[in-house]
Order: sequence, then structure tokens, then C-alpha cells
Amino acid sequence: MEPGLENYLALSGILFAIGAVGVVYKRNAIGMFMCIELMLNAVNLSFVAFSRYYADVTGQLFVFMVMAVAACEAAVGLGIIIAFFRNRISVDVDDASILKH
Amino acid sequence: MVTTVLFFLLAGVAIACAGLTVYYRNPLYSALSLIGVFISLAVLYLTLAAPFIAITQILVYAGAIMVLVVFVIMLLNLDEERPLNRLKHLYFIGGGLGAAMLAQAFFIFYAVLKTPKHVVDTESNAGSTMSIGTHMYTEYLLPVEIVGVMLLMAIIGAVMLVRKDTHASLEAAAEKETND
Repeated sequence: MEPGLENYLALSGILFAIGAVGVVYKRNAIGMFMCIELMLNAVNLSFVAFSRYYADVTGQLFVFMVMAVAACEAAVGLGIIIAFFRNRISVDVDDASILKH
Repeated sequence: MVTTVLFFLLAGVAIACAGLTVYYRNPLYSALSLIGVFISLAVLYLTLAAPFIAITQILVYAGAIMVLVVFVIMLLNLDEERPLNRLKHLYFIGGGLGAAMLAQAFFIFYAVLKTPKHVVDTESNAGSTMSIGTHMYTEYLLPVEIVGVMLLMAIIGAVMLVRKDTHASLEAAAEKETND
């Protein structure tokens, strides 16, 4: 016997909530970035669970797309963090409150 | 039966690691706990008969993205986040947001529980590498191409963001080019 679809969706929802709280709670840009990755993973889990329970491969294909977006986000996001660190010697998002350098 | 035990075990590990990711103030500890979440999710994908996605999860997330994150943390030599006394009252708003999201999660749990049980088709080959490849390069070819263009844009963007050249030296170089 397998756990039902609702179990996977509940796990996905809990992970998403933890990630969302983390984005609000962290002040470190890298910490916020990691919490965003956590939210993306929570969504991936529900995609795969639906794909399994409806025997449709589309969900897994979209997981693939989400992973590509996450990889782009990692490259560009960490580039922004490094560029910000060069200007401010800090990755605290409170220091990013002005547009002009 | 085995799947159910494995599910609850892995779900526990995933939630604990996710909580620790948010809890730790040292970004390196957060990153290592996040790797725990990724690996337990990869094993969950295996139990959901999605071996391709499970391997991709390990390769892309635990392998590439987290190595990049740990690399940046070490490169910038980040210290621990200091607790902030200003904005303390805002913790309640964050907690309220989290509670609202959890309530939504359990509403989904309840709503799906109410619907008639869906019988899992264990004979289906959805999730095998073969079926993923077939669908990816026939039915979903356009999204795959768009993702390819997006990856190219991300590479160019990342290189442009971290290059050392300042604006002034770029303009000087352009002027030299026109003069030649």
C-alpha cells in the first residue's frame, strides 16, 4: 500500500510554508536565496506526486523546467550577491535599501 | 507498507532539515541542512517511480546549485547573522504568514482527503527516462527550446554582472575602437 496523494501535498505545503517564512525571517541574501530554492523544491514535489497519481508524464517535464529556472536563478542571483558584496562588504539585505551606489 | 514507512521517515527528515535551514544563523549550516532536504526529496521521487527526476535532483540541486552556494559563502567569508533588536515586532507578522500558509496546506490535505481515492496505475511507464524523452522532444519541444534560450541569457547575465570592467573603461575601449 502506498501513501495517498494528500500526504505528498501536505508535505509539499509544509515545506513551502517553511520556505516562505524563511524568506521573511532571514536578512542574509544567501539565506533568502536558499529559502527560495526550498519553495521551488516543495512545488516540484507536488508536481511529481500528481504525475505519479494521474500517470501523466507532464508533471515531471515541468519539474525539469523548474530545475532549469532554479539553475538560472542560482547563476544570476549569486552574481548579484557577489556584485553587491563588492560594493557594500555585506550581504545583509538591509544594506540594499538605496538604489544608488 | 514499505513505501508508507519510507514516506513518513523521509518526510520527517525533510521537514526537520527545512526547519534547520531557517533556524541556523550561520549560512554554511543552513546550506548543509538544505542539502539534506534535497537528498530526502530525491529519495521520495524514487518511491514515486520517477528515477530520472531523482537523479536530476541530485545532480542539479545537490551537485551544482548547492556547490555554487557553498562556494559563494566560503568566498565571501560570511559570519553569523546578528540578531536585530529593531523590527522585533515584525516577527509576529512572519509567524502569522507561516500559520496562514500551513492552514492552506492542511486545507488542501483535507480537500484531497475528501475526494474519492485515486487508484495508482502501477503499470504505467510515465516517469521512465524513455517516456520523458519522448514527450520532451515531441509535445513539449517549444518549452524546452525556450528553457535553452533562458539558460543562455542567464549565462550572459551572470558574466556581465560580475565582470570587473567599470563603465568608464568600457566607454574608453569603445572610443578607441571608433578612432582606430
